[in-house]
Amino acid sequence: MSTAAVSRRGTAPGRKAMSARTESWLRIIAPVAVGAIVLGGWQFLVTVVGVSEYLLPSPASIATQFVEYLPSILSAMYITGMNALIGLLVGSILGIGLAALAANSRLVDGMSAPIVASIAVIPIVALAPVLNSMFGADSQFSRQAIAALATFVPVFINTLRGFRQTRAVHRDLMRVYAASPGQVLRTVTLPTAKPFIFTGIRIASSLAVISALVAEYFGGPRGGLGGLISTSAASSAYARAWAYVVASIVLGLLFYVATLALERLANRRGGGS
Amino acid sequence: MNQAQHGAPSQTTADAVTVTGVDKTFDTRSGQVHALQGINLTVKAGEFVSLIGPSGCGKSTLMRIIADLDQPTAGSVAVFGKSAGQARLDQDYGIAFQQAGLLPWRTVAANVGLPLELHGVGSAARAARVAELLSMVGLTEFADRYPDQLSGGMQQRVAIARSLAESPSLLLMDEPFGALDEMTRERMQTELVRICAETQAAVVFVTHSIPEAVYLSDRVVVMSARPGRIQEIVPMRLDGERTESLREDTRYFEMITAVREALHGGNPGGGIATGGLATGSVAASAPVRGAETR
Ligand SMILES: Nc1ncnc2c1ncn2[C@@H]1O[C@H](COP(=O)(O)OP(=O)(O)OP(=O)(O)O)[C@@H](O)[C@H]1O
Ligand SMILES: [Mg+2]
Repeated sequence: MSTAAVSRRGTAPGRKAMSARTESWLRIIAPVAVGAIVLGGWQFLVTVVGVSEYLLPSPASIATQFVEYLPSILSAMYITGMNALIGLLVGSILGIGLAALAANSRLVDGMSAPIVASIAVIPIVALAPVLNSMFGADSQFSRQAIAALATFVPVFINTLRGFRQTRAVHRDLMRVYAASPGQVLRTVTLPTAKPFIFTGIRIASSLAVISALVAEYFGGPRGGLGGLISTSAASSAYARAWAYVVASIVLGLLFYVATLALERLANRRGGGS
Repeated sequence: MNQAQHGAPSQTTADAVTVTGVDKTFDTRSGQVHALQGINLTVKAGEFVSLIGPSGCGKSTLMRIIADLDQPTAGSVAVFGKSAGQARLDQDYGIAFQQAGLLPWRTVAANVGLPLELHGVGSAARAARVAELLSMVGLTEFADRYPDQLSGGMQQRVAIARSLAESPSLLLMDEPFGALDEMTRERMQTELVRICAETQAAVVFVTHSIPEAVYLSDRVVVMSARPGRIQEIVPMRLDGERTESLREDTRYFEMITAVREALHGGNPGGGIATGGLATGSVAASAPVRGAETR
């Protein structure tokens, strides 16, 4: 064991250069391979072992449904995507705004702490039907509100933490220059907090999609992914329900990747100020 | 008391800094820390005064009080005849902190230009001044780099350039050359001497190096620790000339010995004090050479 480790270390430089290239390939190939194996095993269970299609639709039949219902899936993705996006935007703005107030005022900080803590533990599953019946059967508002609520918490918490990262020496420097509060915000506070804010938004992005879906699942206007999953399942069209689930995953990933890219962009050198 | 007190009100220009009976205690969880006690110090306009003393004797604290970043527990501070707060608002001083304190998301040039930018200097004038300052500290090629791409010494030089940006008539410098190699250090010292002669700026300069304090200063303030007090103020009789040949002059070594003795006077136990490492090692080599020349 130990000799192997030593000899491996001995030839490290050559190996490292090679492994760097193979590693980047592996990054792409590994998940694809895992996915293929899982799907293959799944298909095998249904077609060869004979698990009932009713219990577990095969990947092939889900794919067929996906293609067949593509227009409906796309419009559902658009509706759910818009609900999640509006929620994400509104929740982020509220989260950043309130965090800015809390960072500057002990009073707001003290008042907001219990409110944020209780928002964080609100069960969306319970809130969704209530808001749905409050705002009527033809309004998307309740879904957007729920997505905003789910977004608000991580954005608020991360932003507030970001606002508290300002280094003492930078604060001293701003005081020395007799900088106005606006100048302090622009030159020191915001650039310091920026990476934290975008991390909060990235974390919130998946939550926004999930909560919009869940809210759609519990009544209100149909058409969104959540609603269609619920109706398909109710009419025992399980393969179709699964096709909508796949679409939901794609939508969630889309949000995640987009906000991740945004975060990377914001953290790039020189992106500040 | 052996502090140099300039009791009579000055002629035409106000003294750069007047510190009168300043005490500073910090309340910490483990009790009170007496950082400064009974500090009296006057720095005349255009005068170069160094603070030297063991680590923790309150040099940085005194500097922060002069800069209006901390408030004294007792006593008062005047800068150019105004309160420290007013002097800060009027931008009467430039400061280089013990840590460089650069903004990591700004380039070197943008860091140096920060005070000019905040005070509304136009971008053309700003660029010209930044270029001038960067060439002065020898970092012209690094203008577009970011602070984390520079060595510690280079970062310090950026901070020095930033403190000089507005040609202040008072410079507060807290161990600005601490992270520099000996060659760069001597070059920066010469440069600082030139700038001070040019701008007639008064300087309060914290250092752990006795030769550096002697070379640069009109007076060296020797402090002792716990509580931080002024042990002695040693006037440098070097006739104001600061040339490279001074570094080999007999009087220079005599002054080094004088400061060294003042430092050790407050510490009869010998160089066991926390600051002993830095000050002791330099002092140990320099006076020996001095003795030889004598
Ligand atoms: N904000 C603070 N709170 C509590 N104690 C402090 C604070 N700032 C400084 N002190 C204490 O005051 C004393 C003087 O500190 P100061 O930083 O002025 O020392 P210094 O002479 O600059 O030391 P060094 O040469 O190591 O930089 C120290 O004992 C330190 O612990
Ligand atoms: Mg210090």
